[in-house]
Amino acid sequence: MGTETKTPFVRLAKRAEMAPRKIWLIRISSIIIALILGCIPIILTGNNPVSAYGVIIQGSLSRPIYVRQTIKIAVPLLGCALAIAPCFKMRFWNIGAEGQITMGAMVATYFALFWVDKVPHVPLLIIMFLTAAIAGGLWALIPAFFKAKWNTNETLFTLMMNYIAIGIVAWLQGGPWEGRKGSQLIPMFDKAARLPTVLGVHCGWIIVLVLVLLMYIYMNKTKQGYEIAVIGDSVNTARYAGMNVGWIIMRTMFISGAISGIVGFIIVSGANFTLYKGVANGVGFTSITVAWLSQLNSFAMIAISMMLGILEKGANTLQTKMQVPASIADIITGILLFCMLSSEFFINYRLIFRGRKEVKA
Amino acid sequence: MTTLIALIVAAVTFGTVLMYGTLGEILTEKSGNLNLGVEGIMYMGGAFGLAGAFYYEKAAGAAASGPVAIVIAILAAFAAGMAASAIYSFIVITLRANQNVTGLALSIFGTGIGQFVGEYMRVSENGYVALSNDLKDAFSATIFPDFIVGIPVIGRVLFSHTVFFYLAILLAVVMYVFLKKTRYGLYLTAVGESPATSDAAGINITAYKYIATTVGGGISAIGGMVYIMTTAGCVWNHEGLSGVGWLAVALVIFCIWRPLNAIWGSVLFGAMMIMYLRVSIPFIPTEIYKILPYIVTVIVLILTSMKNSRDKQPPASLGVNYFREER
Repeated sequence: MGTETKTPFVRLAKRAEMAPRKIWLIRISSIIIALILGCIPIILTGNNPVSAYGVIIQGSLSRPIYVRQTIKIAVPLLGCALAIAPCFKMRFWNIGAEGQITMGAMVATYFALFWVDKVPHVPLLIIMFLTAAIAGGLWALIPAFFKAKWNTNETLFTLMMNYIAIGIVAWLQGGPWEGRKGSQLIPMFDKAARLPTVLGVHCGWIIVLVLVLLMYIYMNKTKQGYEIAVIGDSVNTARYAGMNVGWIIMRTMFISGAISGIVGFIIVSGANFTLYKGVANGVGFTSITVAWLSQLNSFAMIAISMMLGILEKGANTLQTKMQVPASIADIITGILLFCMLSSEFFINYRLIFRGRKEVKA
Repeated sequence: MTTLIALIVAAVTFGTVLMYGTLGEILTEKSGNLNLGVEGIMYMGGAFGLAGAFYYEKAAGAAASGPVAIVIAILAAFAAGMAASAIYSFIVITLRANQNVTGLALSIFGTGIGQFVGEYMRVSENGYVALSNDLKDAFSATIFPDFIVGIPVIGRVLFSHTVFFYLAILLAVVMYVFLKKTRYGLYLTAVGESPATSDAAGINITAYKYIATTVGGGISAIGGMVYIMTTAGCVWNHEGLSGVGWLAVALVIFCIWRPLNAIWGSVLFGAMMIMYLRVSIPFIPTEIYKILPYIVTVIVLILTSMKNSRDKQPPASLGVNYFREER
């Protein structure tokens, strides 16, 4: 930090409240900067970035069928971001959504495969929905319990639970639930176990939109949501206020896992109609981006998940049309996060240059 | 006996990959930065290491020599890892963003870049990127002459490994000496334990954090390169590499932040990762067998948190950013 004899060239000072409009202006410009930085890898492959972004938009939005496919990508992202939001608000770093999705999907699949003859269509779907939620919730409860009891590192614990869940499904896929011998595939669901479509997309989108509303109310208007916010700001404050922090951690994680489990149900019953070990397909990780980019705001998540859906769907088109690897979507997502994280600095701090000139960044 | 020796050799091969990842992350975490981007860093190391060796061979043609290719691969991976963790350092140290989310962002970004470079090389080289057999052998050959490797049992167990394994052990020892016996190492430990105290003592916190994090990232990246160039047989294989970085982060806890523990810890985890291929246990399906290392990691996490003994703690400021004006 330099010698203390002279004033440093730049000093920092904490900023008082900033106007919300200005905050969002900074955030949106950081997204734009990220999209510009995303041009670099495209240029390096010898393509024109403007036409590449054009292909991305075209490949994801130019026809109704593309739009439907984009929404299909966005629905689990949105659902899972809603699941992650309360955990992150609480500063509980749940990166195990991938496994919670997988467990929800697995249990839903159990009922889809073995109860399909016993129960009619709608009750079957309701059973699948509820059991998937419980399964995801219980899976999330395991690390939460140890966090609450012994302060076990939740980041790595939840992460390891992903691989364990995926391993269990891999075993079912090649073993007990295998359809045709040697196929390594679980049979496709019967029609009765599939989600009906509304406006051309499986009705999972209605479920997640309802969840958006519920989560907004939960986080902003209920006592439990308030408790989560207090723990996120300061665990000690929460303790002094008499909150049972361990219990709140477990309760929140159960809710989070349950929503992820529901997302798992939506994926198997609405999109894939079968279970395989890659069923979560990175949604658990990408949705962290969605949650953070939208600053844990439920409604902003709708826009961000659509944006990432467009990016992912469009990147596939980009790969076939311009030979730019589809992983460009991950790179741009990463850059988006970097820029968003950096922009917080300018929202929270003021730069004061040497002399009296103050820059309001 | 032969099975056991084969198991040990394979465990060391995979363990070497983990050892670099773990050692790099230990150095990073010693400065108080929890870099969860190791997964992405190792992807980048793998892709750029392969690219380095591949384009070197393309340029040098038949004159390409093994040792030069190895050095180039190490440097390319190291540079990629340093660049990746420099981004992390800037956002976390200078801009004071949340370490967890920044690390996750680096994971997403790094796996994207690694995958992008790996795929792009494949496409631009018309579908196939591979080194010549001579160079491949250089990467997987041992540095000891035949008569030493030929010693029964000991030769195979101790002297048949790649140059990367011996370098990793050397690195672990150097890191141990650095952290425990040198002034700079002790300063670094102090920065990780209590940045405010170190700052008051006149240590340049920012410099220590930056250097430890970037060098640590570079070391971790070498692990990704070693995976691609040895286990994966010098072709881009993102599936095999996925999850390795996370395992390295877990191993840091397993090793309780001590470089020397990383040596046996990595080999042990390496053994668990490949055991299903070598030793079959009746009644346990392979897929369940494969999740063994993750279950062990979970148990280790739980046990270390339950024990809570004073000498087995992470650096006290791990995961917390330092801001001098914030008291």
